[in-house]
Amino acid sequence: MGPEGTWEIITGNHAAAIAAKLARVKVVPAYPITPQTTIVEYIASFIDSGQMEAEYIRVESEHSAMAAAIGASAAGVRAFTATASQGLLLMSEVLHWAAGSRLPIGMAVVNRAVGPPWNIHVDHQDAMSQRDTGWLQVYVSSNQEVLDTILMMYKVAENPDVLLPFMVCLDGFVLSHTYMPVNIPRQEDVAEFLPEYSPSHWKLDPNDPITFGNLALPDEYQEMRWSMDLSMRRALDLIEDVSEEFFQKFGRYHGGATWKYKVEDSDYVIVTAGTMASEAEVAVDELRDEGMRVGLLKVRSFRPFPHRDMAEVLQDRRGVVVIDRSIAFSSGGPLGIEIRSSLYNRSGSPPIANYVTGLGGRDVTYRDIVAMAKDGIGRIMSDRLRRPYYWFKLKPEYERIELSEEVRM
Amino acid sequence: MGLGVPIIVPVSKPSKGAAGKTGLWRVERPVVNEDKCIKCWLCWLYCPEDVISEGDNGFPKIDYTFCKGCGVCADVCPTKAIQMVREEE
Repeated sequence: MGPEGTWEIITGNHAAAIAAKLARVKVVPAYPITPQTTIVEYIASFIDSGQMEAEYIRVESEHSAMAAAIGASAAGVRAFTATASQGLLLMSEVLHWAAGSRLPIGMAVVNRAVGPPWNIHVDHQDAMSQRDTGWLQVYVSSNQEVLDTILMMYKVAENPDVLLPFMVCLDGFVLSHTYMPVNIPRQEDVAEFLPEYSPSHWKLDPNDPITFGNLALPDEYQEMRWSMDLSMRRALDLIEDVSEEFFQKFGRYHGGATWKYKVEDSDYVIVTAGTMASEAEVAVDELRDEGMRVGLLKVRSFRPFPHRDMAEVLQDRRGVVVIDRSIAFSSGGPLGIEIRSSLYNRSGSPPIANYVTGLGGRDVTYRDIVAMAKDGIGRIMSDRLRRPYYWFKLKPEYERIELSEEVRM
Repeated sequence: MGLGVPIIVPVSKPSKGAAGKTGLWRVERPVVNEDKCIKCWLCWLYCPEDVISEGDNGFPKIDYTFCKGCGVCADVCPTKAIQMVREEE
């Protein structure tokens, strides 16, 4: 056990491209969009230099990119693409087709704010707004985790009990364009961990013609949706199993559906996702230095949503501080909303302070997370937690309006 | 979860009437007047549902179990040999 690969100092996008190469994907339909573009550029260079054997299809839009990936996966091969922001939204219709057709396509989504106004920086609204498409979604916090998670998620997605597509979501620029040391596993080890894709549920074959996505009326449709939902919930167990198997083989563990940091004895738990979670680890240490028993629960898998982990870790705590980098207008942060649903019907469910911040790439440092934790804990302790969610790091002149009594929820 | 997950895929084998008895959708039925028909088979060529075939008497025969009554055959018929007739009549 232990890393036997080679070390390289690379960007998150480079790590995603190397993961696609190591996964031996056979088809990559590609359309560029900032901050994703270098992923498909790296893959193009791998194919050009003979390091990777795959069909590279230059399509005319993201909608077509996903349509081509569906065709490839339906023909029985592993497919990969990457996108961000507006590109992901243009794909939206076809995302539903990929999932409903039960095709385990892999995609790197480099999280970027949605326009208008144009903004190329990190924000989770692009992917989180696609939460109901039937795609598995995992959010990561380091370049190593980008590479490892793409390999792990192919294994989860292709499991005969799952057969759903997945997106690995990495924060725009914070990971996509930042260099970090990454261990690149050996190709033969990856091949042992992740064998060739060989679908048994269905496949396009000219010698045995079928149609897919045909008409299903009220008598049939609902069970197909139920089957997708059951597979999603099954994937929750498999994410744990596959993460453990990956650890046994490669010696690295990034958590399963969640990652826990110093939660055992915590009175208060911070919950967040993506690179805000790595900042939050530092914040937890700071708060503990000040004598507050605070821990971190990082959400890796947003779909399937780990309701059970939430309940197990958060029940009976004094309070929870959930930090979202996305806004569900007038409703709150997507994580905050889901976590309330995990806890509401249980006894001992703690108060939840939900913060929306960091939109359009506004920096969220560990100091900001310390400030949000203190604000949330203060509200909980002094019974001032009156709103379903709070905005954090608004400019002062707008914060005055936001916090005035006239602004209702 | 040790039950095994039923993967219900939206995949079907090509078969006659894969979408059910679509003749039930019909409001008007095409009726062939064999006195006017010149057997050019444009109706057969244009029928989007492939429900027109050659009958025993050599004239176009319409399968009313699946014909949706779209009227394309009546529209393309060069001799107006196909009339659309209200179903209740």
